[in-house]
Amino acid sequence: MAPLDELRSRLGQDAAQIIGRYPRPRSALMPLLHLVQADEGQITADGIAFCAEQLGLTEAEVTAVASFYTMFKRRPVGEYHVGVCTNSLCAVMGGDAIFADLREHLGIGNDETTPDGKVSLEHLECNAACDYAPVVMVNWEFFDNMTPRSARDLVDALRTGADVVPTRGAPRLCTWKQASRILAGFPDGQAAGGHTAGDPSLAGLRKAKEQGWTPDAPASRNGGQQR
Amino acid sequence: MTTILTPALTAYWDQPDSFTLAGYQRDGGYRALPKALAMTPVQVIGTVKDSVLRGRGGAGFPTGVKWGFIPQGDGKPHYLVVNADESEPGACKDMPTMLNNPHALIEGTVIASYAIQANTAFIYVRGEVLHVIRRLQYAVAQAREAGFVGRDILGSGFDLDIIVHTGAGAYICGEETALLDSLEGKRGQPRLKPPFPATAGVYGSPSNVNNVESIASVPWIIQHGASDFASLGTEKSKGFGIFSLSGHVTTPGQYEAPLGTTLRELLGLAGGIRAGHRLKFWSPGGSSASLFTDEHLDVPLDYEAVAAAGSMLGTRSIQLFDETTCVVRVVLRWIEFYQHESCGKCTPCREGSYWVVQLLQALERGEGSEADLDKLLDICTNITGRAFCVLGDSIEPSVRSSIRFFRDEYLEHQRHGGCPFDPAASTLFTLESAR
Repeated sequence: MAPLDELRSRLGQDAAQIIGRYPRPRSALMPLLHLVQADEGQITADGIAFCAEQLGLTEAEVTAVASFYTMFKRRPVGEYHVGVCTNSLCAVMGGDAIFADLREHLGIGNDETTPDGKVSLEHLECNAACDYAPVVMVNWEFFDNMTPRSARDLVDALRTGADVVPTRGAPRLCTWKQASRILAGFPDGQAAGGHTAGDPSLAGLRKAKEQGWTPDAPASRNGGQQR
Repeated sequence: MTTILTPALTAYWDQPDSFTLAGYQRDGGYRALPKALAMTPVQVIGTVKDSVLRGRGGAGFPTGVKWGFIPQGDGKPHYLVVNADESEPGACKDMPTMLNNPHALIEGTVIASYAIQANTAFIYVRGEVLHVIRRLQYAVAQAREAGFVGRDILGSGFDLDIIVHTGAGAYICGEETALLDSLEGKRGQPRLKPPFPATAGVYGSPSNVNNVESIASVPWIIQHGASDFASLGTEKSKGFGIFSLSGHVTTPGQYEAPLGTTLRELLGLAGGIRAGHRLKFWSPGGSSASLFTDEHLDVPLDYEAVAAAGSMLGTRSIQLFDETTCVVRVVLRWIEFYQHESCGKCTPCREGSYWVVQLLQALERGEGSEADLDKLLDICTNITGRAFCVLGDSIEPSVRSSIRFFRDEYLEHQRHGGCPFDPAASTLFTLESAR
């Protein structure tokens, strides 16, 4: 079978389910691209052709969308895609040092993959976990409060296949392809697992509980906060 | 002691099952929904208007007024779109909200959809947060099973489908019209306004785009009453909101407090700046806001007072930097971010961000001059107000305010022949022990 035929037979049913979620088919394009990426690990020419025929679009229209979004990869990434936040705050708190250290340790640059295909590396923009800086993501799971050493231990574990658990995420770390399938809207049954409220998430709540503060405490009602 | 913190959305995050339907219901969840469904849609909108809830995504537009723009009974399909694309550097409140309390968002989504008579709601969540997406998918499935989402919700005759839609890494999709294009399966580029989404949104139909925190606050307002919400906060900035403290602070994290709380009050609870250091500069509202310094510790953090002091409340994403931090480095990274995330549609943003980065890089390397500072400000003046959307307008504030407060630090790079700061001093670990 030609590669496109194989894609059709593997993904046709899932694609129909995705398209069926939306009031209009074209809205299904981004989840379809996630689906193709879940199957092939990246967005290939065949993947683009598959999305195009599913939605009645041209390949150029699909390519225009796929190339706009950074999460759609046009070349292979590792089984574990490691992102280091180097936006201002994480960079200053240590993200720059972590990224430099990982590049040296893995012997690869930005957007490159180790020869064993296990780990790829990318510097990220803000991933909305600034209170846990410096932040590293693996297949879009949070690894919080990292140091150069903990980041290096992390990628070593990923390469040797040792158990790796996100700080705030699923109990079992997905592969890149498995993660992409969840993004396409097919849950893996791990939603209820994992610890997600770390110390920073609870910092204000703990202080409020110590003081007995609530939104309906009279002290806050009668002018305390009115200015 | 006066109440400073008012945990509402964050009140049960310490419960291990706070993200489940059972946990949410035990702690009072899904009691606002039957109340809302017993009201008319116009009454629900009236309650939200009376609460004076203003958009928590940064713009601060009154939520109830926005809902009121949707024509009732026009026979067209309506859509609610929850903007869960939280990507502004510094913003980190919506992700923990969806991880730990997704049902508040789901309940709010059903109430808001009922109010604007939408039978389809989208939650557009950024793609780089796998477990947040799992929790949303799970919450929607649980709510559907319990009859809070789907056909004839609680026997009201109201139908709603909620679709969790996953983005793919583009900050611009936080801009509401770019988000709509993205949701329609296109490149995420902003649309010309007017028409506004309330007239022509998803598929050209009347739509509201609301931030996660705005929608998640609605059940509390319905449950406790508009006046309880409006009794908190300041004259024009009512209610509570999550303040996110990050950076060189002893206890970073989420602090839910009435609008108008000051950084001095928040820092008092967060243990102050990290031991042995002092506050140098901070942003009250992410990377798009003008910098503040220790002069601004007592500015009430509400929309009006922050604007009057020359910055922007935005998403209450407070990033704190101590004296070890180079302001040029921080501002350069932010503008590199805007250059990377510029969608390319309009020239001022696409080209302007590029040139601002070039100049800032030269200044950081010590190859700039005082004339470059004026050139930077001139370019910024030519971007702001001339770009297609607010992404372009976000470039100027940090550049201009950093030059205003730290002009000599820019020039010190030239005298020093590079950055005079030791980057190791600003990290949260000592490099030797961390290697």
